[in-house]
Amino acid sequence: MASAGLVRGTLAAVTVVVLAAGPEFLRPSQLYLVSLWAVTAIAAMGLNLTLGYAGQISMAQGAFVGIGAYTVALLMQAGLGFFPAFLAAGVLCFAVGWLLGYPALRVQHHYLAFVTLAFTTLVYLLLRNEQWLTNGVYGISGIQRPTALGFAFGTAARFYYFCLGIMALFLGAMWWMIRSPWGRAFMVLRENPVRALSLGVDTRRYTLLAFAIGSAVGGFAGGLFAPLVQFLEPNSFSLGYSLSLLLMVIVGGAGYLFGPLVGAAVAILLPDFLRFTEGYYLLLYAAAVMVLMAFCPQGLIGLSERWQANRRARLAAGGER
Amino acid sequence: MASVLEIADLHKSFGGIAAVNGVSFTVEEGEIVGIIGPNGSGKSTLFNCVLGQLQPTSGEVRIDGRVTTGMRPCDLNALGVSRTFQLLQVFPELTVRDNLIAAGQEHCGTMFSRLFGPRDAGLGPVADRMIEFFRLSHVAGERAGRLSYGQQKLLDAAMAFMGGPRLVLLDEPAGGVNLTMLGDLRERLRAINRERRSTFVVIEHNMDFVMSLCTRVLVLAEGRIIAQGSPDAVRNDPKVIEAYLGP
Ligand SMILES: Nc1ncnc2c1ncn2[C@@H]1O[C@H](COP(=O)(O)OP(=O)(O)OP(=O)(O)O)[C@@H](O)[C@H]1O
Ligand SMILES: [Mg+2]
Repeated sequence: MASAGLVRGTLAAVTVVVLAAGPEFLRPSQLYLVSLWAVTAIAAMGLNLTLGYAGQISMAQGAFVGIGAYTVALLMQAGLGFFPAFLAAGVLCFAVGWLLGYPALRVQHHYLAFVTLAFTTLVYLLLRNEQWLTNGVYGISGIQRPTALGFAFGTAARFYYFCLGIMALFLGAMWWMIRSPWGRAFMVLRENPVRALSLGVDTRRYTLLAFAIGSAVGGFAGGLFAPLVQFLEPNSFSLGYSLSLLLMVIVGGAGYLFGPLVGAAVAILLPDFLRFTEGYYLLLYAAAVMVLMAFCPQGLIGLSERWQANRRARLAAGGER
Repeated sequence: MASVLEIADLHKSFGGIAAVNGVSFTVEEGEIVGIIGPNGSGKSTLFNCVLGQLQPTSGEVRIDGRVTTGMRPCDLNALGVSRTFQLLQVFPELTVRDNLIAAGQEHCGTMFSRLFGPRDAGLGPVADRMIEFFRLSHVAGERAGRLSYGQQKLLDAAMAFMGGPRLVLLDEPAGGVNLTMLGDLRERLRAINRERRSTFVVIEHNMDFVMSLCTRVLVLAEGRIIAQGSPDAVRNDPKVIEAYLGP
């Protein structure tokens, strides 16, 4: 019998090999799409920390991607290199995310959803209306791709590896944090904040941290988004974007490490494969999400875990058969 | 030396209702004090006021001589005060072992070491001993939400001890626990009391449990202490019988 670990390991290895060989068989437009998947998956990973692990609903992740993207674009325009600008995007979003965490100390659930929704609208309006800074609806174009140690990531294939590499880095960091006592503290905050507080968990501090770190990761994703698309406009970061990131986290499986990767793949890669369905893709997607949420609110990863558990139970009950 | 816990003229009202109405008592180190009283007499509210879940309307709470009224629960916990709640409060999606580690980890190391240091915050062996002590070994890797009610109740109590507290307030630890396990629980509490000189205050409706465990019993009715003393003295006090059976 193939164990679940073996299946998962094989799947991961195949994915890595296919991704590594990507430039051999993917068209440039597809390379671009996979790069966009990596960037979006990072943004969703950040939200997965805030929402999936720490249990704090946020409809603001798209706004942080926007803040990060504009920070990198503007700082690079001002002459800064990519890497310092990238770092600045993360730091700025950490600080703003920390501040956005304060309402979460007072309100929860749908009230918190509305607070973060208002924040997203606010950021969108700032990006659109503060022309002196953001160039408003005309957007910012000509954003350069980074160069590291004299190696330019200008071509589609090179930037593809760059995006995937950064995504792997963030996935590793997230894996480390989730398994540390910090990760446990975020989870008990989600599970039972009153008990957690009585056990010495400073729920205030961890709530703010969950927002700040999740937002910073969103900001880093934005910092990568800017040189990927090379053209920014406010409409990319409207409320719809935050909602679709939220949907990705939930469809993939909130509170699972790989949930955001799966969710982002469904939202970004699948439409390309299902292009033959033409205009019906969104319809199918919406219907599939409704069915999934009704029958398995734990998302796709949750669904696969459930199948495995059922199979184990069947095997245990069936003995040798 | 100051008493472990001193409560002076504590009041708590909700709107017009005085749930706790002038309660004063002290608890010395190593005591196991029981609190009994009819439903709604203010026992849980008293705990909530002592441990920061609620702000008392007036009065003072001192722990080791230090005024702690109004402190946050997590800061009180750092002083070595721990509690359980009347309703089951475990972390259902975490394993039994992770529940226990989560219950103690904030007492170990710093924010830095809790991110970059050992995954179990150095508490693995302590958690394993606690698991054995409360006879949960066979379910240690199971998610807490999948345990039976009685097992969750034991885990709930065990979690209160992970931080090595000096003072533990238990709100109805025996509720829903079967007779054999109840005997176990009593022995565990006694052992922890003996070995660590931990001090306990226990709210309980199960008279046999209270009377056999506690060194001293307080009786609460309508937010006031109406009687206190040794288990035997309290059991035979006419005021207590009246409070329970009505006039
Ligand atoms: N948060 C609250 N808001 C309003 N009233 C409350 C609140 N908490 C408790 N009360 C009231 O305070 C009184 C005392 O309640 P408490 O829970 O302290 O009783 P108890 O002695 O623990 O009872 P039981 O044995 O049933 O657990 C009750 O009349 C209850 O309705
Ligand atoms: Mg009560």
